[in-house]
Amino acid sequence: MTRDLFDKELESLHNNMVKMASLAEESIEKTITALKKHDVELASEVFRDDDLIDDLEKIIEKQCLNIIARQQPIAKDLRTTSAALKIITDIERIADQSSDIAEITIKMASEKYIKPLVDIPKMAECARAMVNKVIDAYVRQDVELAKAVAACDDEVDDLFYKIILELTGIMKNNPDTVEQAIDLILIAKHLERMADHAINIGEWVIYNVTGKHYKFNDNRHEDDKVEN
Amino acid sequence: MHESQVKIYTEDLNLFYGDNHAIKNIDIQVQENKVTALIGPSGCGKSTFLKTLNRMNDLIPYVKITGEVYLDNLNSYNDYDIVELRKRIGMVFQKPNPFPMSIYDNIAYGPRTHGIKDKAVLDEIVEKSLQSAALWVEVKDRLKQNAFGLSGGQQQRLCIARVLAVEPEVVLMDEPTSALDPLATLKIEDLVQVLKNNYTIIIVTHNMQQAGRISDHTAFFLNGEIVEYGATEEIFTVPRDKRTEDYITGRFG
Repeated sequence: MTRDLFDKELESLHNNMVKMASLAEESIEKTITALKKHDVELASEVFRDDDLIDDLEKIIEKQCLNIIARQQPIAKDLRTTSAALKIITDIERIADQSSDIAEITIKMASEKYIKPLVDIPKMAECARAMVNKVIDAYVRQDVELAKAVAACDDEVDDLFYKIILELTGIMKNNPDTVEQAIDLILIAKHLERMADHAINIGEWVIYNVTGKHYKFNDNRHEDDKVEN
Repeated sequence: MHESQVKIYTEDLNLFYGDNHAIKNIDIQVQENKVTALIGPSGCGKSTFLKTLNRMNDLIPYVKITGEVYLDNLNSYNDYDIVELRKRIGMVFQKPNPFPMSIYDNIAYGPRTHGIKDKAVLDEIVEKSLQSAALWVEVKDRLKQNAFGLSGGQQQRLCIARVLAVEPEVVLMDEPTSALDPLATLKIEDLVQVLKNNYTIIIVTHNMQQAGRISDHTAFFLNGEIVEYGATEEIFTVPRDKRTEDYITGRFG
């Protein structure tokens, strides 16, 4: 074995990535529990965790730049390093969206919900499971698992449209509900975006393993695609 | 830089080859148990500087040295006997230079010079030194064979083992991998990482990437001066001086 130091640096990078992603996954769980239980304290905790995730993003970014500058990674090592740089942006966005939901939770803390929350927690569970699965795919460098993440996205999208439809109906019947209904739609939108970020991460995992870009949900005709 | 003890430092160190002012006003603090890389274009004074640390320039005619060099806070030129100084500061050169004798005798040479005669003690030193230089497994069955039969990379590790045999505290390396192939180079680089746990290592290298890969601190020499000295991570990502940036990015030198 040679290049021990380099391998150790890659391992440390890998560990930090897993740590950051796990924190992001936890943030989804916390923010939805806080929403369900009107728990302001737990919602505030989501904010605090977000700072930790932001710090980790900076640390990983520095690690990657350091590896590129000092170790000149090529082939798989280069893909791992550049994929890490891209993935952390998605993880950071997921955590931001948890914070955005927590902010709405705090704002709505004293209000009675206009409907029982059923589909939003379901959506959140799907998004959380997607993040969990994609981290697993990253750890195991498993292309099939990364592809499986995309399958869950259809469920998230279906729930999203169902929620919009239901809330639109509620708003039409009672204009007093508009304000909260918009907040709930925003929450659903944040969850839908989280799922998209999980898919992006899956695409980078696939690129890392195979060296090829793989786009989920790309329905364009082959001739319309820009060569990459 | 504050993370460990200073092992070697210089104060206003200057060296002249006759009228040629080769090293100018060098003030540097080298940390213990770290790898310090000296980089810079040919003729910038980095090898000359390295040799001032174990007084290898003493015998060169027309050399004049001013300023001070300290090892463990004692003056290297006034407070040490030169044999004692060189025992504590070993050196590895650009080309592997084994003695024309067996592998065993190459390693035992230093300890014998320092008066060790006991076969069992010598055996132990030879094995330990070869282990430390990551060469033992490859040569343990042919210790009596001539060292010239080893490959270039093995010869260089033999030279490192020979240095370690006299239990130095500092190891100076003057472009130790420039005559080696990439794989042998990486082996030496890995070895340096292990050795720094027990030794302070100062390495001159023309290979900037090597400095980036293996050193904790880097000093950039230019025209006999140190332009910039700091944590390698900083030098390679955000150098402060434009000249450092130009050199490490290959824009001059």
